[in-house]
Amino acid sequence: MSIASRGTARQHLVAVRLLLIATVVLGIAYPFTVTGIAQLVAAPQANGSLLRDAEGEVVGSPLIGQSFTDADGGALPEWFQSRPSAAGDGYDGGASSGSNLGPENPDLVESITARQAAIAELDGVSVADIPADAVTASASGLDPQISPEYALLQADRVAAARGIPTATVEALVRSKIAAGDLGYLGAPTVNVLELNLALAQIG
Amino acid sequence: MPAVWMAIAQIATLITLLILLHRPVGDWIATVFSTAKDWRIERGLYRLIGVAPRSEQSWPVYLRSVLAFSVVGILLVYLLQRTQELLPYSLGLPAVDPLLAMNTAISFATNTNWQSYSPELTMGYAVQMAGLAVQNFLSAAVGLAVAVAVIRGFTGVTTRTLGNFWVDVVRAVTRILLPAALVAAVALSIGGVIQNFAGFTELTTLTGGTQTIPGGPVASQEAIKQLGTNGGGFFNANSAHPFENPSGWTNTFEAFLFLLIPFSLPRTFGTLVGDRRQGRAVLATMATLAIVSTGLLVWAELAAGGTAPQLAGGAMEGKETRYGPVASAIFAAGTTLTSTGSVNSMHDSFTAFGGGIAIVDMMLGEVAPGGVGSGLYGLLVIAILAVFIAGLMVGRTPEYLGKRIGAREIKLVGLYILATPILVLVFTGLSFAIPTVRADVEGTSMANGGLHGFSEVLYAYASAANNNGSAFAGLTAATPWFGTTLSIAMLLGRFLPIVFVLALAGSFAAQRRVPTTAGTLPTHRPMFIGLVAATVLIVSALTYFPILALGPLAEGLQS
Repeated sequence: MSIASRGTARQHLVAVRLLLIATVVLGIAYPFTVTGIAQLVAAPQANGSLLRDAEGEVVGSPLIGQSFTDADGGALPEWFQSRPSAAGDGYDGGASSGSNLGPENPDLVESITARQAAIAELDGVSVADIPADAVTASASGLDPQISPEYALLQADRVAAARGIPTATVEALVRSKIAAGDLGYLGAPTVNVLELNLALAQIG
Repeated sequence: MPAVWMAIAQIATLITLLILLHRPVGDWIATVFSTAKDWRIERGLYRLIGVAPRSEQSWPVYLRSVLAFSVVGILLVYLLQRTQELLPYSLGLPAVDPLLAMNTAISFATNTNWQSYSPELTMGYAVQMAGLAVQNFLSAAVGLAVAVAVIRGFTGVTTRTLGNFWVDVVRAVTRILLPAALVAAVALSIGGVIQNFAGFTELTTLTGGTQTIPGGPVASQEAIKQLGTNGGGFFNANSAHPFENPSGWTNTFEAFLFLLIPFSLPRTFGTLVGDRRQGRAVLATMATLAIVSTGLLVWAELAAGGTAPQLAGGAMEGKETRYGPVASAIFAAGTTLTSTGSVNSMHDSFTAFGGGIAIVDMMLGEVAPGGVGSGLYGLLVIAILAVFIAGLMVGRTPEYLGKRIGAREIKLVGLYILATPILVLVFTGLSFAIPTVRADVEGTSMANGGLHGFSEVLYAYASAANNNGSAFAGLTAATPWFGTTLSIAMLLGRFLPIVFVLALAGSFAAQRRVPTTAGTLPTHRPMFIGLVAATVLIVSALTYFPILALGPLAEGLQS
């Protein structure tokens, strides 16, 4: 064996040993240590910030959006609607995804037109008043939030479907508007699941 | 708050954090790689792996160590994926297909983190933790080590050696990446990033439907994914997934994490070469390019050009409500300017110009500020070219930091600069020039037709060859053509530049130091900063303008 190839063989031996140690430390000890600390100091968050109903059953996570539609995907008028979703059949937590349709894609243009028409009919508003988030699919397909504009736009219809005053529903929506962190690290939002849970409380 | 002010405030927040922290972090990194003191645990480690920590390596030996470590890394990640069904915590997922396993192994060991798969359907916790996350640490450590070896090329005087790779890589992990990742991971989990081993949970939704909620050790991986400018998502939606990036502040924090080390390394460079003004000039060049590019991307997304964004009343397709166009555009700029490649929004659905700027960011060669380590050595190569061009203009022998740039050095610079563009242009060209391949690319891979489909392919090779890892993710890359060629682009795009830059460092280290005279070009003044920035732009514009005209430019101008 030449000196050079002996050197190379030795390098590989060192590389293998270091890699195995790194795998134990960085691949096993590190994530389990983080898990231990996270479960100690922030267990609810580390477990998905899950929400439970009065019986203690998990009803969802405010971080993961849900569909409020019937089996055919039609909007249930008594619930605030989430954004369109490209995750599986919609809000599939096992298959996060955006649509990845480009800005000139004819399928996207067609979808947006159809969604605008559907919302205009459901909520009795003009297409010009529908905000962009209402007619576009999010990046994750699990977006738990909508814009305050889209939430307020739905208040009338939700109130009518539930037979409660519009003012009550609007007040509820306004109480659920969250500014971005520190007021500017992100856009103002309304969490749809939290809003609908609060809505269920008042009937 | 109007969107423009929100953008300015968010960018100012990141800049402020980086101004405050780049000095202590940069100085710490300089200390880590220059001190003669080993920690006790490190001494034990060196004994275990059989390394004499004070032994020095010449550049070919240093290079062989880099390559050996990367090769065994690729093999282990491949092996883990191929035996996935035997591993614990694998959620019952089967072994990964050989081509995809090879592509993924190369991707993570080259700091690219290109993902041709949907993680929640493909990778169990064992592969993610013991395979992918380990390479997130180690590929970043390799980048740091090479950058430091290159700096030693400038500081060395008539020496044959550049330090010891094994010591550099160990210290990068024990003293920089691991402690920082631990702190960041805990902070992220407090912010709502999950960290558990719960698998998938079925629940009944408010309307009586069922929904699956994923679990996983996400925070630990998210921290090093950003800090090491890796970018490989635990979930398919990457940092757009609410369990990876739940809120406005976690989003800003994650962007800060991927900017931190690349923007601190110029300080390390200045400190180690004993002239902090040189580091400031490098930093100013990177920052200028980054701020301009980020501003343009935010403008493009707020202007919302194109048929679909205009129809919808905003560029919100593929964006999360909690970020909106502003925080999405800033993240997109940051992730492509560094070689991170994590995304909080789907670049494929960006406006034509917005997506185009993301492509240009990568085509700058990942130098503003680029990946951990690779950004610094990339920019230093461009600085050497700038000195050379200036030297030609005034007719003097060019020197940088007291080192002469002769025929051998400039050849290596030329090879370095040509390597990635050749990969991008040749593979993009071949994808459409070979009839059978073209049929497959257009029929199977492209999710969007026409110009945008072309941009998807161009984005893929720009991302792979520059080791970024983000994508116009509509592209189906799990085909034999893309699986193979993207693997080649990632491998050569990572290691050819490392070969050339280490050879360059070896060449500099062997030289004497040329004394500074009145005729020496000052390399810390604004004029030089402008010259280097212009060189970055001219090199990439000359190389890529025609192909950009075929994709994003044409698409943006047609509407």
